[in-house]
Amino acid sequence: MKVLIPSPLLSYTREKEVDATGTTMTELLADLDRRYPGLRFRVVDEQGYMRPHVRFFVNGEQVFDMTRALHPTDAIHIVQALSGG
Amino acid sequence: MARAKRSPRRSPTGRVMVLVATRKGAWLYHGDPARRMWKVDGPHFLGHIIHHLVLDPRDGRTLLAAAKTGHLGPTIFRSTDLGRTWKEAVRPPAFAKARDGEHGRVVDHTFWLTPCHANEPNSWYAGTSPQGLFRSDDGGVTWAAFSSINDDPQYRKWMGSAQDGTPDGPKLHSIIVDPRDSAHLYLAMSSGGVHESHDCGETWSPIVQGLEVVEGFDPANIAFHDPHCVRMCPSDPDRLYQQNHCGIYRRDRQPSTWTRIGKRMPKQVGDVGFPMVVHPRDADTVWVFPMDGTSVWPRTSPQGKPSAYVTRNGGKSWKRLDAGLPEHHAWWTVKRQAMTADAQDPVGLYFGTTSGDVWMSRDEGQRWVCVARHLPEIYAVEASELR
Repeated sequence: MKVLIPSPLLSYTREKEVDATGTTMTELLADLDRRYPGLRFRVVDEQGYMRPHVRFFVNGEQVFDMTRALHPTDAIHIVQALSGG
Repeated sequence: MARAKRSPRRSPTGRVMVLVATRKGAWLYHGDPARRMWKVDGPHFLGHIIHHLVLDPRDGRTLLAAAKTGHLGPTIFRSTDLGRTWKEAVRPPAFAKARDGEHGRVVDHTFWLTPCHANEPNSWYAGTSPQGLFRSDDGGVTWAAFSSINDDPQYRKWMGSAQDGTPDGPKLHSIIVDPRDSAHLYLAMSSGGVHESHDCGETWSPIVQGLEVVEGFDPANIAFHDPHCVRMCPSDPDRLYQQNHCGIYRRDRQPSTWTRIGKRMPKQVGDVGFPMVVHPRDADTVWVFPMDGTSVWPRTSPQGKPSAYVTRNGGKSWKRLDAGLPEHHAWWTVKRQAMTADAQDPVGLYFGTTSGDVWMSRDEGQRWVCVARHLPEIYAVEASELR
C-alpha cells in the first residue's frame, strides 16, 4: 500500500510516497523500519505507542489503534501534528 | 590532603573546539591557537533539539549528538570525521518494554553523554529524561539499559514522576567516571539525588549526607534531593563539587559528607544556579554562574546583572567575575550543561545563554568576550582540545 511520508521523515525515505506492506499498523511500521532502518522508533515509542506529535491516518480517518486491520488498497498518511514553536 | 600542583599544559595543537548544542540545532566553533578568532561550522541538525554534543577525548575525532525533534522520538547521531558526516544510532536509548498490564516508561530525550574510561574505547554512557542510564560499547550505535537503575523499585521511587522533575522533564545527568578506576562511577538525578557505584554500575548507593533539601522536607528521603550539576576534579578525583537546587557543595573522600561552600557567596546573589565548572589542574578552583532562586524562582541572572563567581580556595571565599558582561538588564541564565572550561593555561572558560549568546574568557574569568550571538536557546557547551 502507499504511505505518505511527512517532511521530518524524508531523511529516512528520501521520497514523499513509499510502498509498504502489513495487515495492521504495527506490521506496516515494522515493514517501514525494515526498508528504512530507524524510522519506526522516531514515530512509535518503546512501549509500542505512537509518539505525542505524530498521527496516522488510514483513508483519511485518524487511527489510534495500532492493531487496526489494513488492506492492500488502503492509503496511509503519517502526519506531523502541532508541536509548538 | 595534598593537592596536585598547578602545571602549565597546552593541547598538542593548541586549538580548542567549542561544541554548542541548542534547542534548534548544533554549532561547532574552531578556535585559533590564541583563542581569539573562531571559525563557525554549522548549523548541524537545524531544527533538531540537541541536548548534548560531545567530542570523544580518546580519539579526538568522534562526535556524539543527543537529538530529537518537536515531532519525532529521540535518537543519537555519530560522526567519526568531526561533523562532516553523521550516522544515526541503530538502537538508541530506550527503556525495557513493560509487561502486560504494567505502565512502561518512554525515553523523551537523551540528556547527557559521557565517554567511558580511557581504557574502554568506543564505550559511552548516556543519561535520559525521564531518568535512565544506558551504555554503548560500539561507539554509540546500539545502547543497552542499566536495569540496576532503570528498573530498580527503590530507584524508581526516588525518581518520582514527571511532575517531580524539571519543566522539560526529570533528568539523569552528571555521569562521572573515575580516571583511576573504570568501575568507579557517579551519577545524579534531578530529582533523585547523587549516587556512586564501585562495580561499573551493577549496584549503586546514594551519597547525599550533608546536602540540604527544600525547607520543610526530610533530607533523609532521597527523592527530595535535586543536584543540578556534579563535577569531579581532574587533579584530585577524590574531590567532587556540586551545584544543587539548595546551594553549592564540596565533597572529599574523607570526610565523605557534602559541605555547603555556597554560604560564603554574597547574600544578595545567593548560591543557586545550574552549572559547575572545575579547574583542570587546581582542585581548589571552581566556577559557578548564579541565578535568581528567590520568591517564584525567576531563574534569571540575579537583579539582571549576570556574573560568574570563582573560588580559589575550595569554597572559603568567592570572587565576582563580570568584566565584559552586560552591567544590567540582562535577564538570561546559563543551563547546567552550558558552561565549561578548556585545558589550556590560562584556562579558557565558555558559557552559552538561554538567549543564544556564547561568551568566553581567555584568562580564567577575568574578562569575558562574546564570540557568538543570536543562536537559539543554548542547552550545552563543551570545549575540547583538538589533536
